[in-house]
This record gives sequence, structure tokens and C-alpha cells, in this order.
Amino acid sequence: MTTEAATAPRPALDLARVRAWLPKYGVYVAILVLVGYNVLFTPNFLTWGNLRIQLIQVAPIVIVALGMALVIGTEGIDLSVGSVMALAAALIPLYLGYGVLAALLVSLLAGVVVGLINGTLVARVGLQPIVATLALFVGGRGLALVISNGQLKDVRNEDLIFLGSGDLFGIPMLVWIAALLVLIVAFVVRRTVFGRRLLAVGGNRPATELAGVPVKRVLITVYVICSVLASIAGLLAVARIQSSDASAVGLLIELSAITAVVVGGTPLTGGKVRVLGTVAGALLMQLVVATMIKHNLQPSTTEMVQAVIILIAVYVARERKSR
Amino acid sequence: MTQQMTSEPHAAAVVAADERRAQRTDRVVGLVQRQGALAVLITVVIIASAVFPNFRSYDNAGTILVAAAPPALIALGMTFVIITGGIDLSVGSLYVLGGVVSAYASRWGVIPAFLLPLAVCGLIGVVNGLLIAYTRMAPFIVTLAALLGARGLMRALSDEGSTTYLVTNDAFRSFGTGTFLGIGYPVWLVVVVFALGMVLLSRTRFGHAVYAVGGSEDAASLMGVAVRRTKVWVYIMSGLLAGLAGAINAAKLGSGVTVLGTGMELDAIAAVVIGGTLLTGGAGTIAGTIAGVLLLGVIQNMINQVGNVPSSYQQVISGAFLAVVVVAQTYLVKLRRVT
Amino acid sequence: MALLEVVGVSKVFPGVRALDDVSFTLQPGEVHALVGENGAGKSTLIKVLTGVYQPDGGQVRYRDEPARFDTPMAAQHAGISTIYQEVNLIPLMSVAHNLFLGREPRTAFGLLDEKRMYREAQEILLRYGVTTDVRRQLGTLALGAQQMVALARAVMIDAKVVVMDEPTSSLEPREVETLFGVIRDLHAQGIGIIYVSHRLDELYQICDAVTILRDGKVVHTGKLADLERIKLVSLMLGRDMSAVRREGFTGFAGEHPDAVEAAPVLKVTDLNSRHKLHDISFAVRPGEVVGLGGLLGAGRSETIKAIGGAYPVDSGDIQVDGKDLKRPTTVQAVKAGIAVQPEDRKAEGIVAGLSVRENIALAVLPRMSKLGLVSDRKIDEIVASYMTRLRIKASSPDQRVGDLSGGNQQKVLLARLLATQPKVLLLDEPTRGIDVGAKAEVQALIDELAGEGLGVVLVSSDAEELVEGSDRVVVLRDGAVVGELRGDDVTTEALLETIAAAAVEAKEVGNDD
Repeated sequence: MTTEAATAPRPALDLARVRAWLPKYGVYVAILVLVGYNVLFTPNFLTWGNLRIQLIQVAPIVIVALGMALVIGTEGIDLSVGSVMALAAALIPLYLGYGVLAALLVSLLAGVVVGLINGTLVARVGLQPIVATLALFVGGRGLALVISNGQLKDVRNEDLIFLGSGDLFGIPMLVWIAALLVLIVAFVVRRTVFGRRLLAVGGNRPATELAGVPVKRVLITVYVICSVLASIAGLLAVARIQSSDASAVGLLIELSAITAVVVGGTPLTGGKVRVLGTVAGALLMQLVVATMIKHNLQPSTTEMVQAVIILIAVYVARERKSR
Repeated sequence: MTQQMTSEPHAAAVVAADERRAQRTDRVVGLVQRQGALAVLITVVIIASAVFPNFRSYDNAGTILVAAAPPALIALGMTFVIITGGIDLSVGSLYVLGGVVSAYASRWGVIPAFLLPLAVCGLIGVVNGLLIAYTRMAPFIVTLAALLGARGLMRALSDEGSTTYLVTNDAFRSFGTGTFLGIGYPVWLVVVVFALGMVLLSRTRFGHAVYAVGGSEDAASLMGVAVRRTKVWVYIMSGLLAGLAGAINAAKLGSGVTVLGTGMELDAIAAVVIGGTLLTGGAGTIAGTIAGVLLLGVIQNMINQVGNVPSSYQQVISGAFLAVVVVAQTYLVKLRRVT
Repeated sequence: MALLEVVGVSKVFPGVRALDDVSFTLQPGEVHALVGENGAGKSTLIKVLTGVYQPDGGQVRYRDEPARFDTPMAAQHAGISTIYQEVNLIPLMSVAHNLFLGREPRTAFGLLDEKRMYREAQEILLRYGVTTDVRRQLGTLALGAQQMVALARAVMIDAKVVVMDEPTSSLEPREVETLFGVIRDLHAQGIGIIYVSHRLDELYQICDAVTILRDGKVVHTGKLADLERIKLVSLMLGRDMSAVRREGFTGFAGEHPDAVEAAPVLKVTDLNSRHKLHDISFAVRPGEVVGLGGLLGAGRSETIKAIGGAYPVDSGDIQVDGKDLKRPTTVQAVKAGIAVQPEDRKAEGIVAGLSVRENIALAVLPRMSKLGLVSDRKIDEIVASYMTRLRIKASSPDQRVGDLSGGNQQKVLLARLLATQPKVLLLDEPTRGIDVGAKAEVQALIDELAGEGLGVVLVSSDAEELVEGSDRVVVLRDGAVVGELRGDDVTTEALLETIAAAAVEAKEVGNDD
């Protein structure tokens, strides 16, 4: 089997290999290094209380990043996720009177609608994804603020609060939900017709079209999934802080989500989705921030460090592409 | 074969008619693209004048203009960036950073209060430009990182945002609040900068290189345009103008406020796009951007006039405008190409 | 004195020897035709001349001195300009700005003198027959006018050599005349012109000399007037005897006589697409291989793509197995049993980043799944069977297709098409860019598939391949059917004659005008 197919003998340990390896596994190595460092040098790092806080904080980012990973897999981007979170959050107190289920359904429905708009603009009108999602990035949060009258509203519903602050078998519900969604998305990417078509669309759209794949439908579905995941993150945010604040929920989450995806080794050029890598990317960024805070570095420093990490991750991924 | 030949004179006439129709479509579509925002602006102003008696006052016009000064400067830089086919998401952060730096530097005099923010923000523009032009990373991701980095820097300078530097220099302060011929100094400065920007964009080789890079990077480079250098310069300009906007705001408010600026980049992009500049690059005008900025300013003003309407309507309206304009643009461009 | 000279130049890309010891001389004031089918090495040679590529061996000499152009700009500065087939200007900028970009006239203050620029642009373009307002956006002009602007720009920058790559492919007859007028002018000024085109009548009308490339080698160079049309075409399309001796003829076995009786499995009626296709009609019966003959740009690829729903069609009708599809979308076409193998394997065929398995299964995922869940067992079965049947050499089904050799990539693509169990197979240059062994295998496969009752449409620039592989050949020229070869007439000579004759006929008609 190793005739001409396994061609191109490469010198052992050359740069090209490191480049191919780095975006794939670099994030896991970085996590190990950071965890090791913290275990040794950070007091109270390995306590359940600390881990719990870290996981609760990272959960919404993971959820949004999952959808972002799918969109980026099609060579797209979705800037509107933060606004969708705000929209979902703003709708919750409005419909809580009809029961928790109704409120949740309505805010999920908002996600579907936003996703349909984004997807239609990208797939049918043919706008660049960044342009198509910009309108709702701008308008979505405004709409959320209008809906909520710009006011912070307390949410006092036991069921909802359980979702945000409750525990199941000693682990926060938020973490369970995030883990479940990770499994679902990983399953969708690996095992479903839709998942495989998505990767093909991102890898080579004309070829996929010619193969008879309904490319537009795939694209629209991807944006709907991304928005729905964002609205889930939005309603969970309400459940956690027990109030709905459309001006603060999901602010700059698109940045965190894109960072997680990119740091996790999913190239911005499409054709590949690393679900576990995305989770690891989100964890890594969380760890970086946590480590720096524990060592009394200011949030300002952590922001600058994050900026540098993003640039390095994108740069490394870009190198791989030029092959 | 013969059929094709006998119909030759007729075909020529058809071609000529086609040509005339194409020219006409081109003129009309071009007019809508360039002047659409202006037409909407005039309409809105007329309606506002009719509905709100206070709107018509000289004072209110001054208020609109002064409020629009910083966003106008940012939108000017953004216009150049977007015409090259790029985007600069860092300007909101740079605006705040510029304000903080300016307020801090005002203790040394008026000149440092202007120059230091220009230097700091210009430098970040240089980094943006170099990364985008030479590593071919996507502009949105580079400037997104710069957004984060600049915000971090701003917080580091202001003790994590807890210190608000007051402008103690009276001369600098009076620049922000003083008027000439009844119109605030910042407005005059903006007018001068815009005039320079217009000349630069439409009357210099650099300006045309900007259009060429956005129109087709490959073709521009084959035609001898220094593509990378042009790109670096537009991001530097965008950084400088955001810094200048920050300085003006510091002078106006009398302090380096650390909590403003989120979403400024979006307002700027919205204004530029509403003004008829293509987000895909290659076409756009500064006159359009002025109309876009004023339109958003007037809408904001109207919302304020109505009272008890949340100011967030502003965002909804910008978003809706943006969507309509962008979709309309794609169809207009297609229409123009059908020849 | 030679103006531009190429001596023994070679250029190798991974897996392909694009130029093999090519020599070529351009004299001042000479219009030199450069011809050859796709993949013959024309564009590579042009790119070497204009500084896009650096040669791996041999030398480029310019005005009797060794020259090395590191970038297209360097070549342009030296005086070598290129007019590309797709106009390389900025569509959103005005005509005048395109003409003057980087060299705009300026006033005393260093600002652009737009008035002067518009006036001069208008004057210059008048000489090229462009009368439109120079303030208009370039992209809104007809392609012919855009091409004239590109030409005017090239000549304006003191060009000594102008390379024209298919300059007339989008021009109206009237515009072609204007272009020829300009070329004669340049010729008189001593400017050398390299003229790439497949329109024989044009070549004979305007060119002094000709160089013919095939498979990266020069097969003929000399005065054009001394070369007969039929000879020119056979040099371009035929393979020389040494190659035939080395590689054998083709992997094709022969005719499929059963086909004649059956009802057509594919029927194309009056397919029209603005400027590109004119009333294309033909039919394919089950078990029959129908070749589409013609030169580059004759509309072969467009026809195939249009049938597969991937090329815009203004009018026409496509039937598969008697079922009327009218003008199908790609999704409908695949469902109806049409399988298209596009010419550009990398851009439109394979998904390079995905595995062999994913590529083969791409088009049949719904069949390989239940309730949207993919059955890897079913996929593995089908992938394994096609990998064996087509002898796809990959380290495993999980290998990235982008890492395979060209031949194996092509087989993966064919496996994807066959997995859809098509009724009609449309193949556009199925053996281009793949090695000799794989070529014979693919040819044998085409035979086998026809034997199993598939209708096959075959496009190939290799005359022998087309003739030996096809039961009938429909000949296209300028987007229209100009002849059909059947039975004993399906020979290389007849094919070349039909193509050449079509060109002659057009020439004669043109002269009547």
C-alpha cells in the first residue's frame, strides 16, 4: 500500500512537521503546562471550589464557541452571537409568566430567527459572512435593549435558577449542559450527513455543489445552529445571575468564542472543525486568565496577553495553510 | 453561420442601444449608490424639522455636530480601511485609549495632549497594518486582537479603569468647549480633517492606490501599486484618527473617561456603509460617510427629542439600515455589471 | 537581433514537467502565434516570460542579454506587458483611472490633474475604438472594451513586447477588427507581439510566425504561412509517433455496437447561453460514448457543466431517460443520474482537505445513512469496493486526498461519481495531468462503464483519445455544433478536418462581409 501514494519522504523533525503538529495538539500541551505550573506554584489551585468556579465561567463560552466552530468550519464567521445572547436574555422575563418552558422556547425561537436571517444573507444573497452578521451584531443588542426597556430585571423562578446555579451529582447544571452540548455537536460533526456535508462545503464549495449537495441549505442550517447555541448560552446566563441585563449579557463573547475556536486549532479557512480542540481552547484561555489573576496580575495585563495568544494562534494556523 | 452574418447591421444597432442603456443604468445606479444616504438624510431632516419644533434651532444643530465630531473622525479612518477591502475593529478601544492618554498628557500642555494619543494610537495602527499586510492574516481577527490589546493598555494606564484623569489644562479644556462663529472648535477641526481626507482620497495617487487595492488586489499589484505599503498606511490613518477623536472627546468632557467606546467601531462601520462605501472594498466616498455619520447623529437626536424612548432604538435603526443598505448594494452592483 | 529569446527552458511542478527544453524566439515587429491545447505549457511559458515563474533550467534573453524577471512588475518595467484573458484591471474604478493608475498626470501642487487625465484618456482610447465616457466604471463596459483599455495601458508604458492571451475570446467581430488594426500599428512600430489564440482564422490573418507546444515541448516553430491548417491542427491535437510507440495507443478497446438501437439516455435540445453556447443539441444512448470535439474555447466544458446544472443557461431542454428536467440545478441533475467530472479537478472536483473516504461518499451520504445518521459500515463497504475496482492507491481510506498523486485523485473523483449510480457520465478531460499507467486504467474504465450500459460524454484535447474512445464525435466550434462523425468516419483525420474546415468556412464567410 505504500507505493506512490505515500509519496514525499520528509526529513525527520523538520519545520513542516512541527507546523502541522502545533495547531492540532499545541493547545493540549499548553493546558498541561499551565495546569502543571498552577499545581506547583499556585496556592489553592487544586481545590474543588476553584475548579468549580472556573468551569462555571467557561461553560457559556464553550457553548457559543461550539456554534462558532461549525460556522468557521464552513469558512464563515458569526459576529452576532453576543447580540443573540442579549436577545434571548431579554425575552426570558417577558414570557416567564407563561411558564419556564414557554420562556425558554421563545428565546430559542429568537435564535432560530436570527440564524435564518444570517444564513439567508450568506447563502442566498451571497454576502460575506462578516458583513451579513454585522447587521444583527449592531441591531440585535439594540433590539434586546428595546425589549427590556434598557432595564435590569430580576428573575425569580426556581426552575430557571436551578439551571443556572443548581447541582446534579455535585456538578453544576451549567457544566452538565455544556458537556451535553459538546457531545451533541461532536456527534453531529462526526456521525451525521449534515456534519460531513458541512466540512465539504468549507473545504471546497464549488466541488460540493457539483456533487449535488444542497449547499445553501447546509449553510443556513449552520447559522441557525450557531444562533440557537448562542441563545442557549444567553438564557443560561440569565439563569446564573438571576437577572436579565441585555446591556451586559454576552458582551464581547464573539471575541472569546472565535479565540477558543482558533486557539483550538480550527483554521479560519474552513473545511475542518475541531470540537474537542475548541473546548480545550476555551479552557486554555480561562486558565490563562485565572492563573494571571491568582498571581495578582491585573485584568489589563490578561487582556493584552489574550490579544497576543489570539495573534499567535491565527498566525500558526495560517502557516499550515500555505502548504 | 449565414444567419449571423446577414443580421450584422441589425446587431450593431442592438449593440449601440445596449450600450446606451448600459450607460444610463450605470449613471442611475451610481447616483443611488453615491447619493442615497444624502437623500435619506435630507428627508429625515425635513421630517424632523416638521415634527419637532426644537429640532430646527441653531443650538440643536450645534449639539448634533459637536456630538458627531468624534464618530466622524473614526468613520473617516474607517472609510479608507474599508475601501481597501479591510476592516478595523480596534478603533473603539483606540478612541478610549486616546482619550485617557490625552487627559493624562494634558498636564504637560496642549501639544502633548494632542501628540501623545496620536503617537500611541498611530503605533497600534502600525502594528495592525504590518500584521495585515505582511502576514496576510484576516483584518478582522488582527484588529479584534488589537481591540483587546488596546483596551488592556487603557486599563493598565488607568489603574484598571478606576482612575479618571481630569483635564487640568485650561487651554486644552477650552478647545473642547469653545466656539468660533457659534460652532464648536472640534467641529472646525473635523471639517479641516475631512477636507484633507477628501483631497487625499480623490486627488492623490495614494488615494487611487487605496481604491485599486480594494478593487482587486492582484490586478493592483500587477499594475504596479504598492499594495502592502498602501494597506499599512490606511491602518495607521485609522489609528491616528481614532486617537485624535479620543483627544477631542477628552477636551470636550474634561476627563479621560474609561467606560465609553464600546461599539464605536460598529457605529463607524454602519455610518461608512450607509454612506455608500462597499464593505467588499473598491468603492466609496467621504461625502457619503459624512452623510452617514450625520444621519445616525440626527436619528439619535430625534430619539432624544421624543423623550422616554430608549436610546437603544438607535442601534436597532442602525442595524436595520445596515442590513438594507448592504443587501441593496449587492443588487445595485449586480445591476451595474449586467451589460 | 532577437527581441526576446527563450533558450532550452524547463519548468517542473510537483508531478508535472510543464516545460521541457523549450526554445522560442521573438523578432522585433513580429506577431508570433503561440498555440497548444490546455496543459501544453503555453501559460507556463507566458508566466516565465512575464516574471510570474522562474525557469528551473535554461535561459531567457531579452534584447540579446540574459534577463531575469523576479516579479511581473520587473518584466513590465523592462518593457514586457501582458494582456490576460480575464481582464486584469480594477472593475470598480473609472476607465481613465485604470488607464493611468500609478502614472496619473499631476498639477503643480502634486494633486491629480483629473481634467487632463480624462481628456488624454478619451483621446488615447479613441485610437482603440473605445468611444464610451472615460468616467464610467470599467466593470460596466463590455468585455471587449475592457480588453482595449488593458491593451492601451500596456502599450502606454513603453512596451517592447506585448503578450496577448486569448485577446479575442470575448470580443465582437467589430472589436476584433479594431484589435487587429491596433496590432498592425504596433507591428509597424517594431513592437513584438506574442499572440495566444485558438481561432485559426485569426492566426492566419494576423500572425507572421507560429510556435506549437504540446505536453511541454515545442513540436513546431516557423513561418505560419508555410504551415497548412490541417497540419497545424494535427500538430496541436495529435500525439507524435514516438509518444505513441512509448505509451501504446490508448486503453480503449473499441466500439459499442449495441448502442445504436436503444432510446437515448441523455437528450440535449437547443442549449443556449449568452455568448457561449448556441443551440447545442445532441443525444447519447445507453452504452454509447459520445465525444465532444473542438478546440479550446469551443464550448465543450460549458456544455458539460450546463448539463450538470453548474453553468447558467438561458434556454434549452435536458432529458435523462425520457424524463424532462428542463434546466436542472446541480442537486436535481445528480438526483436524475447525471454525473459530471469537471475539468479543473482541484478547484471543482476533489475536496483536498478531506479523506479519500469522505470524498467518495460525499454525493451519496443520504443513501449511506438512516435518519440523518451516517452508517460508517455502509460507507466503508462502498469505499473499499471502489478503491479496489478503480485500484486507488492510498495508504488508507483516511488519507487526505490532497496528498495523493493526480491519477489517484482523479480515480477518487470518478469513484464519487460512480457511487451515485449515474445513468449518464460526463467526463471533461478525464486523463489530463495523470501518469501513463493511470491514464490507460481510466480509459479502460470508461470502456467498461459504457459496456455496462452507461451513456458517456467524453471531452478530450487528445485527438487519439477522443477518436479511439468515442463511438461518435460531435464537433463544436464557437459554442455551436458544426459537425458529427459517425461509424467509420470517427478518425483522427476526419476530426482534424472538421475542426479545420469549420475554421476555414468561418474565414470565408468573414471575407464576404
